[in-house]
Amino acid sequence: MRPKLRHAAITLALIVLAMVPIWVGNTYYINVASQILLFAVFALALNVLVGYGGLVSLGHAGLFAVAGYAAALMLDAGHGHFAAILTAIVVVLAASAVFAVLALRATGIGFLMITLALGQIVWGIAYRWASLTNGDNGVNVTTRPAPFGASLASADSFYYATLVVFLLALATMAVFVRSPFGASLRGTRDQPRRMNALGYNVWLIRFLAFLLSGFWSGVAGILFIYYNQFVSPQVAALTSSAEALLMVISGGTATLLGPIVGAGIVVIMKNVVSAYIERWNLVLGVIFIAIITFMPEGLVPGSVRLWRLFRQKLWPPRSVPAPAPAGERP
Amino acid sequence: MSSWLSFWPNLVASWPTLTVNSIALGGLLFLLSAGFSLIFGLMRIPNLLHGSFFMLGAYFGVSFLAAGLNFWLAALLSGAAMAVIGGMIERFLLRRLAGQELAQVLLTLGTAFIIADLCLMVWTGDPWQPPTPAHLQGAVQVTGLFFPLFRLAIVGVAIVIAVALWLMVDWTRLGAMIRAGVDDAPIARVCGIKVSQLFTLIFALGAGLAAFAGVMGAPYLSVYPGLDFEMLPLALIVVILGGTGSLLGALVGSFLIGFLYNFGQAIFPDLAYVILFLPMLLVLVLRPQGLFGRVVT
Repeated sequence: MRPKLRHAAITLALIVLAMVPIWVGNTYYINVASQILLFAVFALALNVLVGYGGLVSLGHAGLFAVAGYAAALMLDAGHGHFAAILTAIVVVLAASAVFAVLALRATGIGFLMITLALGQIVWGIAYRWASLTNGDNGVNVTTRPAPFGASLASADSFYYATLVVFLLALATMAVFVRSPFGASLRGTRDQPRRMNALGYNVWLIRFLAFLLSGFWSGVAGILFIYYNQFVSPQVAALTSSAEALLMVISGGTATLLGPIVGAGIVVIMKNVVSAYIERWNLVLGVIFIAIITFMPEGLVPGSVRLWRLFRQKLWPPRSVPAPAPAGERP
Repeated sequence: MSSWLSFWPNLVASWPTLTVNSIALGGLLFLLSAGFSLIFGLMRIPNLLHGSFFMLGAYFGVSFLAAGLNFWLAALLSGAAMAVIGGMIERFLLRRLAGQELAQVLLTLGTAFIIADLCLMVWTGDPWQPPTPAHLQGAVQVTGLFFPLFRLAIVGVAIVIAVALWLMVDWTRLGAMIRAGVDDAPIARVCGIKVSQLFTLIFALGAGLAAFAGVMGAPYLSVYPGLDFEMLPLALIVVILGGTGSLLGALVGSFLIGFLYNFGQAIFPDLAYVILFLPMLLVLVLRPQGLFGRVVT
């Protein structure tokens, strides 16, 4: 896209996002929009590892939940919002470091299995260690914070707070993708041995990427408990990790837009499906299988590919070689 | 959601009882994870459906028992039915994605969600606990201690199956082909071994064993929604502990976890589930290939 067009698109998107509460007006839909944004933060965080690092984690709900529980338990113990959020961030960074040290013993399928097991540990603590986490009954969060004196109690104000955090996350990701760090992470994904031979510390790059991913997952977790005002072991369940992964994969990995689109699809599907039938898991499984089988590259790159195919059929280029097929990875 | 902890014996039980219970749980875990380990070793994918096979098999068993079938017949029938289903999943779903390990794993995960929801539809959310078969009720008395007969039966069955699997893998032509496939699938193919047929066979075998274990476990674990994703991590831990593709590793890992679970449950009831993962973490740090696994170069 040309720079002018790009700027215009970004400005338009910002205006649309800022106007959502005014246009929608209905509290329920504003809350759905907040959910989409907070899960988009989570999906963007997971995408750092899945898309740019080539490390598929099935335990990220554990990090999301660790931050959520840390904040909720601090609030429950009578501490202020600032202390709760700060503690949650410290805890999630520590948890991410532990996860990373253990999971980075392996790559590929091994990484996936270890993260799955680590996520289950968090679930086990949330569910079984009742004296700490109140077990299946969960923890209530009675108040929302009021940054700079602005209360976030209403759906509108919470939407704007979530939007600000979301834009911060998106900006971080945009900078990260263009940075040398982002480039070296993609390098470790595609050619770990060559990166090693070139003098890059592959392990350290992956470790730092894990911390970045864990940090934003934690931020999403904190947003979630403030949004939901309740946290239960369900948040740490394997289903939650799978949903987050589905957001990343369905939208398209290793793109900035993909996880956001994916979060939108999954949250809307979940809300719509839950309104009519109780079979969310069934639908989740079917979408999973359909996307993996028919559009493995995700909806955003997949649609781009289909569009190019379609355009080529309609207006076949004359004596010009066909453009190279789309795709981030060989 | 009821927890299967509560069905496990009281915490004041003396250590001999705990030991028998540990061995019984170990036997059950072996039935579950032997197939998981072989599938992982051969196909290089962790089959995230394995807990679902266990749960669906247990539900089949519940229905067969409700229809008045003999307990052993119900367990065998459930195992056979699940073997057919597992074989079909491998042949018609996983085969389409041959070579794409990640896509295969995610496919098994998606299928696991579908099975979980279908089970919820058919068998509702209430837990089912079939009665212990009449001829296995009661306990045997050995030197003043009572051992429940049914748990001894589970251990017996697990030992028989372990020996049978060992004989098959180590002493038959089929076993030699499986070992070749585990060690180096491409070379095995070049030597004329139909590795993809082995995939279907092992997948069906693993599914059948998991379902059989589900029926065996049903009278005391009971069957309820969520059992699938409670058993799956256990199989995962056992295999990471023991090393992928190693039956001996699965056996040792299963009994280790069986002991850890029961004794952990008695000593630190709040943390029993978390303690289960500690040896796995230790093994990952010190010996990533597992206790009996080989280093893949």
